[in-house]
Amino acid sequence: MAKSYIPLLIILGVTVLNAVGMAVASHILNPRRPTPQKAMPYESGMIPLGDTRHRFSIKFYMVAISFIVFDLETIFLVPWAVRVRELGWGPFVAVFFFVVVLAVGLVYEWKKGGLEWE
Amino acid sequence: MGEMQELSTFWFVTIGAVKVLAVFTVVMVVVAYMTLAERRVSAFIQDRLGPNRVGPFGLLQPIADGLKNIIKEETMPGTAAKFYFVLGPALAIMPAVVTMAVIPFAAPLPTPVGTVDMVVADVPIGILYILALSSLAVYGIVLSGWASNNKYAFLGGLRASAQMISYEVALGLSVIAVLLLVGNVTLTETVWQQQQLGMWFVFPLSLAFIFFLISALAETNRLPFDMPEAESELITGYHTEYSAMKFSMFFIAEYAHVVTASALLATLFFGGWDIPFWTGDDMFRHESGWIKGFDEAGAPIAATPSVLITLLTLGAFCAKTGFFLLLYIWIRWTLPRFRYDQVMHLGWKVMLPGALGYIMLVAGTMLVLEQLEVPFGMLYGGVLTGVSGITTLAFLFFVDRDRVISGAHRKRNVGRRRVPVAREAGGPAASN
Repeated sequence: MAKSYIPLLIILGVTVLNAVGMAVASHILNPRRPTPQKAMPYESGMIPLGDTRHRFSIKFYMVAISFIVFDLETIFLVPWAVRVRELGWGPFVAVFFFVVVLAVGLVYEWKKGGLEWE
Repeated sequence: MGEMQELSTFWFVTIGAVKVLAVFTVVMVVVAYMTLAERRVSAFIQDRLGPNRVGPFGLLQPIADGLKNIIKEETMPGTAAKFYFVLGPALAIMPAVVTMAVIPFAAPLPTPVGTVDMVVADVPIGILYILALSSLAVYGIVLSGWASNNKYAFLGGLRASAQMISYEVALGLSVIAVLLLVGNVTLTETVWQQQQLGMWFVFPLSLAFIFFLISALAETNRLPFDMPEAESELITGYHTEYSAMKFSMFFIAEYAHVVTASALLATLFFGGWDIPFWTGDDMFRHESGWIKGFDEAGAPIAATPSVLITLLTLGAFCAKTGFFLLLYIWIRWTLPRFRYDQVMHLGWKVMLPGALGYIMLVAGTMLVLEQLEVPFGMLYGGVLTGVSGITTLAFLFFVDRDRVISGAHRKRNVGRRRVPVAREAGGPAASN
């Protein structure tokens, strides 16, 4: 039923209005007395050393890649999961091998140290 | 037969808009009072008084806080990326509230113009919509952390993103276990199938519940998973540079996420608006009308929606959600924070393989039960409860072995195992 999506659009509109409203209201109401000190990034009261735009650990990139693999896997399982009782053993075996293949991938990443944080 | 009087499009949209405004207002008020409840409960746990000056029992404190935040001066680092700096909090606040739209909060309400579903939008994509929308929450946090151009904020944003996507996998997989039993992705049917099974899914899917609870804590960045804003390490993490109303928006977003997660926990595992030990409230929209369930011959049994049942079930839903809200606060003031490597370890090496194995176990057990032609009811649920219970105990035993979530004490390799130094040496820790 396409009709049932209408309230979703309404609540999306309300939340966008709310978020914009909060930002705009405080922008109008609040005082602005900028000083150079206020415009400095906060580093516990020290004068900031250098810029933030540095290289960062590749670990985060590894996590992002693993996430894509396994989140996709979750979505692939959904169509089977909602019909598991009707489908019976055949698809169960198929899904089992699918999961085993991914588990092997996980074990490989694990043994290669891709999941270690020191 | 419970006649089904469909709403005309005009009434559908009008009532839809009313429900949107009602749910939105309730979520916002609950969020405001969660900030107060958090402080009062923490005060209670720590044997203090907490804020009790503004109004009776401090009940007007959230209003005072809101007013103060909206008229405070805002600062923005001169080096910040201005557009994304403003976009961040707005993006953070939206997904949480929008997710509430598909959660049913009471039994259908009869009105003169037709029976109204007590859910903002009973869309056929239900749980998929929640998974999709809750993933968007990470953007607000990452963007604001990056745009602040502050090292602490940036680190907080990075940690938040890695943590949230890690636990999203486990969250999704624990939901799959629920889908196995429900056979649909809508939350209205999730509630109904729990009424049909005769027990809440927390029993037959106990391990999935534990995974979901842990993932929900990690997704909302609450203690013990609050590394993204660990005060003692990162000042306040990704919102270090935010002040006044934008700071408030992050807090509203966090509490709105907590409210949504509590409502989801109640719906997926604790029967939603179902009243326990009473079949009088069982109700579902079937092709033939409102039904309670099916008799032995497979014919639908009619159900009659009534205002009283709607009110009672609304009360049940609020009570369950309220319990989880309290649990969130309780956990925050009871448990210490994890180390970051422990968080990643738990997410990838324990919860992910655990949830995968558990799904296969539940599916296998269900297929065996189908083969034995056990009807979907108490016995069906009972067998699953037994299997899940044993698995859960095994899981808890395994996690508690001091190897998965290792403590801070020094360890050394003994053969293939890592053993705490003090324990091996027979020191004071040995007796523990």
